[in-house]
Amino acid sequence: MIPELGHFALILALVLSLVQAVVPLVGAQRNSMALMAVGRPAAQGQFFFIVFSYVCLTWAFVTSDFSVQLAATNSHSETPIMYKITGVWGNHEGSLLLWAMSLSLWTVAVTVFSRHLPDAFLARVLGVLGLVSAGFISFTLVTSNPFERLLPAVADGRDLNPLLQDPGMIIHPPLLYMGYVGFSVAFAFAIAALMSGRLDAAWARWSRPWTTIAWVFLTAGIAVGSGWAYYELGWGGWWFWDPVENASFMPWLLGTALMHSLAVTEKRGAFRSWTVLLAIGAFSLSLLGTFLVRSGVITSVHAFATDPKRGLYILALLVIVIGASLLLYAMRANKLMGGGSFALVSRETSLLANNVLLTVASASVLLGTLYPLFLDALNLGKISVGPPYFEAVFVPLMTPVVVLMMFGPFLRWKDDDLAAAVRKVAPAFIASVLIGFGTAWAVDHVTWRTVLGLSLAAWVVLASIQLLAGRLKERAGASAGSRLRSITASWWGMWLAHLGIGVFIIGVTMVGSLDQSLDVKMKEGQRAELAGYSFVFRGAVDADGPNYDAARGNIELSRDGRVLDTLTPEKRVYRAQGMPMTEASLDIGVFRDVYVSLGEQLEDGAWIVSLYYKPFISWIWMGCVLMGLGGIFAAADRRYRRLAAREAAGAGQRVAASA
Amino acid sequence: MPVDAPLAMLRRAALTGAVVASVALGGPAWADTAPADPALAPTVAANPALEADTMELAHKLRCLVCQNQSIAESNAPLAVDLRNQVREQLAAGKTKDDVIDYLVDRYGDFVLYEPPFKAVTVLLWLGPVVLLVGGAAWLAFRLRRRREEAAAERGLSAADRARARALLEGGAAGAAQSESPESRS
Amino acid sequence: MKAKFLVPLLLFFGLAGFLAFGLTLNPREVPSPLIDKPAPDFSLARLDKPEQTFALKEMQGQVWMLNVWASWCVACRQEHPLLVQMAKQKIVPVVGLNYKEVRGDGAINARGMALEAETAMAIERARRWLSDHGDPYVLSVLDIDGRVGIDFGVYGVPETFLIDRDGRIRYKHIGPITPEALKDVLIPRIEELRRAG
Repeated sequence: MIPELGHFALILALVLSLVQAVVPLVGAQRNSMALMAVGRPAAQGQFFFIVFSYVCLTWAFVTSDFSVQLAATNSHSETPIMYKITGVWGNHEGSLLLWAMSLSLWTVAVTVFSRHLPDAFLARVLGVLGLVSAGFISFTLVTSNPFERLLPAVADGRDLNPLLQDPGMIIHPPLLYMGYVGFSVAFAFAIAALMSGRLDAAWARWSRPWTTIAWVFLTAGIAVGSGWAYYELGWGGWWFWDPVENASFMPWLLGTALMHSLAVTEKRGAFRSWTVLLAIGAFSLSLLGTFLVRSGVITSVHAFATDPKRGLYILALLVIVIGASLLLYAMRANKLMGGGSFALVSRETSLLANNVLLTVASASVLLGTLYPLFLDALNLGKISVGPPYFEAVFVPLMTPVVVLMMFGPFLRWKDDDLAAAVRKVAPAFIASVLIGFGTAWAVDHVTWRTVLGLSLAAWVVLASIQLLAGRLKERAGASAGSRLRSITASWWGMWLAHLGIGVFIIGVTMVGSLDQSLDVKMKEGQRAELAGYSFVFRGAVDADGPNYDAARGNIELSRDGRVLDTLTPEKRVYRAQGMPMTEASLDIGVFRDVYVSLGEQLEDGAWIVSLYYKPFISWIWMGCVLMGLGGIFAAADRRYRRLAAREAAGAGQRVAASA
Repeated sequence: MPVDAPLAMLRRAALTGAVVASVALGGPAWADTAPADPALAPTVAANPALEADTMELAHKLRCLVCQNQSIAESNAPLAVDLRNQVREQLAAGKTKDDVIDYLVDRYGDFVLYEPPFKAVTVLLWLGPVVLLVGGAAWLAFRLRRRREEAAAERGLSAADRARARALLEGGAAGAAQSESPESRS
Repeated sequence: MKAKFLVPLLLFFGLAGFLAFGLTLNPREVPSPLIDKPAPDFSLARLDKPEQTFALKEMQGQVWMLNVWASWCVACRQEHPLLVQMAKQKIVPVVGLNYKEVRGDGAINARGMALEAETAMAIERARRWLSDHGDPYVLSVLDIDGRVGIDFGVYGVPETFLIDRDGRIRYKHIGPITPEALKDVLIPRIEELRRAG
């Protein structure tokens, strides 16, 4: 009964999403307040029914109702409760429902936090979001009904894929989806602006915080996913350039460009056509990612079980949403030309240049991801495009981005003197290169990659310090406290996020250059040494869990005779699927991780143990945390709230003008 | 230069950091595999240097039966067989290129994660360069046109210019009012 | 509307076209680079007379097929009746390459097993399977360690190679042979190769 209620609620949500899509759009066109006012309650009602439906599905998992097909294939009576709940999104159907739910959540957030928007504009935003939502809910209902019954019910389920039974599974997908789907808001704002022909700086200001928050979610989602892969896969890799990773990385790159482009459009009225295109592009890449994961056109570790019917449906959805948006863009783009003028040497130019680079990087990742498909479609053979290609392409493209990223903030808006600006940053730049060489030499690893990475990181850090110092000097005579207070949250956001990139680069470079590993056969009492650390094997014991059998090794980690930690890597076999898994054990430190995973047991009783030494690897994620914090600071800037209040007061007058 | 002092400090700090790091790393430490000491665990590979080479190459080779994993990551039987092949051939003194040729002869370019540069992959390898040049050209074009527009503006009458300047200044003031912090830096 | 603003739309439609076409393709199927190249030479013990070996040149002058199989391979069971039927109709001689009979079976821990013991076990298992399901092969050979399989670029079982009179591989079928594949692809190709002389 409950699954049927969930199914019915989803149908109601579809009906409401159609109402939300059609009625406010018509209302905005006819300038009818009554019709426009339907958008808000429809969106909220839709949210209610999707959540209801989602809860019903979760109920089937939690109560182990194996007459529901999805629960039978993705859960098990012995699965821990946490993984019963998260198992809902560990499959195509349930994760699609999560997708639709996060879209609905974003939509409701728009209805709550955008009361100050002109009615016609809000109506169009809700209409566009409603259309996308209708597309996805109907996709779920038509091709991927999560409430499908399995009659007769099976005695027990097949369990959630053991790889997914991990705390990473609890937060990674929701964060990632909130990020992916969050770009729909910037997209809807851009489309609403195109529809209304109201393409001034206002829509850029309105969509800025939304874009930034979506970007923060996406950053966090990608970082958590990468951290999860790092400790779960048992050998310490953290990024694989898998097509599905790329599918989340491409919108991130374009979303980064979009955030910066929006800043210019808001402040200077420039780049409007470009910004609109980026807003469409970022969301289009999110949709494309959804297609890649669910259609089976590409082989990936992350792909869901596929079905050509689904691929076709979602491709049709893509063509309608993206095609219509780009057509609208083509019709209206000539209205977007012009805007604030700026000189060749200016903050605008540096931002535009970085935008171009980020877009090229994103397009290159797209090219590498889809190239095997192109060749296959043209019957020109099968190839694989993997990490060596992406690294070869990505590093040269990102180097100028990082250099420019720290140079741009030294330039003034509109016009600046190149020679003066270069003089200002030259000492830091030269020092960075020297530090890069010096550090690489000091760690005895002088390769161009290491030198480049460390130089770039040093450049980011030094230039950040110089920026802050310059900023604090501006108000000579004021007290230190008031100087600090005079810096806005959004400036801190920019500063932190850029610094985060530097920290990230340090992590990537150091672990890429200096990591070490060793596979040993260990018997009880035996010792191994790696990178100055001693590992003593204290034996292995049985450590069975609720739905798996396991052996847990006990390894004492010490350095210079001092015991640092006891590591307990596990080798598990999940009973329902008979699938072996390794659970690595880590001693996490600021300057290095020591990482141990347990392999098989040999005939003579010894265990194969893999030891890894990963210098500075946690800096990768610390960098991501700084980037995310930067985004939060930027989005929380007080001026958005103040502007919101100011605009709410003036909103009434604008309705007629914008309609 | 006002930035010199903090910079010098930073430089020192960074160098100290590097030294600290190098101490922490302890230099390239090799596990002592002397069989004489029974307390020391033997390495799985009889020859750790060979194993390192094998795994480095294995990471660049695709496991054909897996969902996009290298033969280093996968434990599918075929991946294990191919890893053994790589190890045996390297041990027999073949170069990495020989081993790659051996596998490509049998499985095609599909096994290579780094696609070779040839007619059908020209667009793949040159694509990013073309995109970059295209992007740069577009950027240059846009910037030049903007400059021309600005020049045309400057060619206006004195009165217009005065009005334009007033507008521009007003715009700048407006930007400052809206607390765009970057505009002041 | 200026033409240049249509560029993103046109690019997108191009991409969508490729993606639509991609839906019809199978990304798991990898074409063999050995097509039209001489089949790799090998010399392996025969299943029926393990003391004798079989070499490629024994099939010289004939159009024939090499079928990779194993008793643990589930998909082989699916194509096997078709092979038996083909043998009855004498469509083409088929040599069986018994691939990793023991160590390929996930249910057996073959590590540390002596080669003689493994070979004996492989012969026993393979013969029993053929007597249970019928033996469509001219003969089968034993590829205990899968080395010859690697030479043929085998990445899954079953796979089937069509080899011409000069010992060149002319076609590779990946996965179980279906009646349609036999009728529409294999038989026409076999006839074509025979005509070519």
